[in-house]
Amino acid sequence: MPRFLQPILAVIAGLCLGLAVTWIAGENPWHVFKILCMGALGSPYDFGMTLFYATPLVFTGLSVAIAFHAGLFNIGAEGQLTLGALAAAAVGALWPQCPSIFAPLAAGFAAVFAGTLWGAIPGWLRARRGSHEVINTIMLNFVAAGLSSYITLYLLKNSETQNPETRAIGATYMIHQFAFFGGAPVSLALPLAIVAAFCVWFFLAKTTWGFELRAVGQSESAARAAGISADNVRIIALSLAGALAGLVGVAEVLGNAGRFKVGFSPEYGFIGIAVALLGRNHPFGILAAALLFGALHKGATALDLETEHVTRDLSLILQALILLSVCAEGLWSWMAKRDVSASGGTGGASVSASRGISTAREDARPTAKKPK
Amino acid sequence: MIAQLLASTLRVATPLIFAALGGMFSERAGVINIALEGLMLIGAWAAAVGTLMTHSPWLGSGLGMLGGILLAAIYGFFVIRLRANQIVAGMAINMLAFGLTPFLCKILYDVTGSTPAIPIADRFQSAPAYFVWFFVALAFAVMKFTPAGLWVSFAGEHPEALDAAGVRVNRVRWAAVLVSGALAGLGGATLSVFLSSSFSRNMTAGRGFMALAALIFGRWHPVRAALACLLFGFAEAAQIRLQGVVLWGTQPIPVQFIQILPYVVTILVLAGFVGRSRAPKALGTPFQRG
Repeated sequence: MPRFLQPILAVIAGLCLGLAVTWIAGENPWHVFKILCMGALGSPYDFGMTLFYATPLVFTGLSVAIAFHAGLFNIGAEGQLTLGALAAAAVGALWPQCPSIFAPLAAGFAAVFAGTLWGAIPGWLRARRGSHEVINTIMLNFVAAGLSSYITLYLLKNSETQNPETRAIGATYMIHQFAFFGGAPVSLALPLAIVAAFCVWFFLAKTTWGFELRAVGQSESAARAAGISADNVRIIALSLAGALAGLVGVAEVLGNAGRFKVGFSPEYGFIGIAVALLGRNHPFGILAAALLFGALHKGATALDLETEHVTRDLSLILQALILLSVCAEGLWSWMAKRDVSASGGTGGASVSASRGISTAREDARPTAKKPK
Repeated sequence: MIAQLLASTLRVATPLIFAALGGMFSERAGVINIALEGLMLIGAWAAAVGTLMTHSPWLGSGLGMLGGILLAAIYGFFVIRLRANQIVAGMAINMLAFGLTPFLCKILYDVTGSTPAIPIADRFQSAPAYFVWFFVALAFAVMKFTPAGLWVSFAGEHPEALDAAGVRVNRVRWAAVLVSGALAGLGGATLSVFLSSSFSRNMTAGRGFMALAALIFGRWHPVRAALACLLFGFAEAAQIRLQGVVLWGTQPIPVQFIQILPYVVTILVLAGFVGRSRAPKALGTPFQRG
C-alpha cells in the first residue's frame, strides 16, 4: 500500500468508528456527518472559522514534526504557544504607541523568542543533563500555565473586565484580516502558516542543518560518526519547535483577540501531535491534516445546537480515534496474520475498520514478515 | 490551621497516590504511562455513574476501577500488541477519555459535561484517605517480596533475561498495564465520589501528569512516590488555603508560584540538580521475542 494511503485509511476508519458512537447515542450517523460538513464548510464564515482553527494547528503540527525528525517528542507545544501569545500581548500592551510598520514585527518577534526559550529549556536539559524531554515538556506546560496566569492577573491585568485577560494591545499591532470570510478572523497568520510549512520543508529537505537534524533522528551513532554533534542538534531542534509553536501567538493575539486570554487554546499543542502524526511529519501533509482537524473542530461546534444527544466533544473523540488509527500501523499486519491463521470472528476490530483493512490486506502481508 | 492543612493534604493527595501507584506498575514493567490522566478521568466518570446508580460509593469505585481497566486494555492492545508508540497512544487515550466522558454524560443524563450531584450520604467521608496507604503497603510488598514484583522489575529493566527465564514478558506487561488502569481508575473515583460531589468535565485537570511527576520524583518506588504525592498534595492544599491571603504588603500571595512548584522541582530532580532519578532501562521499548 502506498504510504500516503495509510493516513487516509486511518481518517476513514476513525471517522466511521466515531460516527458509530453517535449511532449508539441514538443519532443518525449520516445526519451527524452532514452537520459536521455543513458546520465546517457550509458558508464562507464557516469555512473561515475552519481556517482560523487550522492555522494554529499548522504551527503546532510543524513544531511537533520538526522535533520528531530529530528523534524528540515535543509534548510542550501547548506551553510554548501560551508563552508566545503572552509575549506578543505583553509587547503590544506595554508599548501601545509602536509605529505601525514595526509593531507586528516586534510582537511577532517576541512571540517567537518566548516560544524558542521555552523549547530550548527541555532541549538543553536533554542534551546536557540527559533528562527525558517528554516529562520535561509536560512539566513546562504546567509551569507556563501558572506563569502566564500570574503575569496576566498581576502584571498586565485588564481592569475593565473580570475575565482573566491582559490589557488590549495597540491598534497598530493588529494584522490584516481577510474580508472574504464574512467576519471570521482569518488573518495574515494563515499565509504565514503556509510559508512556515514551506520553510520547514525547505529546511529539512534542502539544507545541511536539516540533514543533520534528520540524521540525529534516524541514527544517533551514525550522526556522531559523521561528526555531527547530536547534543547541539537536539537543542536547536527543540528551540525551532518552540519558535514554531510560539507563532500561534501571532495568529491568536495579533490576528484575532488583540490580547492574551488565559485558556484561549483548545489544546492546540496536544492536537498538534495528532496533526503531525497524521501528516506523517511532512510539512505539506501537516497542512492537510491541520485543515481536517480544524474542520472537525469547527464542524463539531454545530452539534450542540443541531442534535439532541451529541455534543461538540465528538470532535475530540474523532481526533482521538483518528490518532489511534494512525498509530496502529501494526494493526494491518496483525490483522493479516490473524486472518491467515483462520481464527474466525475477531470481535476486537470494528466493522468499519475491517472494511479499510480488507483492501489493505494484500499489501500488508509482506510487511508482516519484515520485523524480525 | 496546621492540622487543617495536613488533613486536606492527605485528602487531595489520595487520588495522586492511587494514580502514581498505577503508573509505578506499568512503568516498572517498561510501559510508559502518559495515559494516567485519561485513565483517572474515565475512572472518575464511571465511579460517579456507578455511585448514582447503586447508591454505594464502594460499588461505584468498583465501577471506576473497571472503567480504568477497560481503557487500559485498549491502551495495552495498542502499545503491547501492536507495539504502537507509547507516548502517542497515551496522548490519544487521554484525548479519548477527555471527549468521551462529557459525551456519555450527555447521553445518560442529558446534561452537558457533568453528572448530577451525588447525595452526601452516598459519598465517601474519609475512607479512601486511609485505604490508600493500605494499597501503598501492598504495592511495596508485591514489588519487594513476591515473584510477580521481580517479574515486573525484569520486564522493565531486562526483558530479554525474563524471557530467557521462561516468563512471557508481554504477559507481565499486560498485567501491569491492567493493574495500572485499575489503580488510576480508583484514583479517579476518589476524585468524584470522595473529594467532590459529582463528575465534571476534565475534573482531573492534570492530576494524572502530576502523579507521573510524583512517580519520577519518587524514583519509581511505591513508598517514595506516595511521599512525593503527599508533597505535591501539600502544595495543592496550601495553594487552596492561601488563595487571597495577604501575608506582607498589600498584594495577596500569588498562588501560581506554589502551584508550579511541584513541576519545577520535578524538572530539577530529573535533571539531577536535586538527587538523581533513573528510569527503568527498557521503559518505552516494545518487546518482541528474538
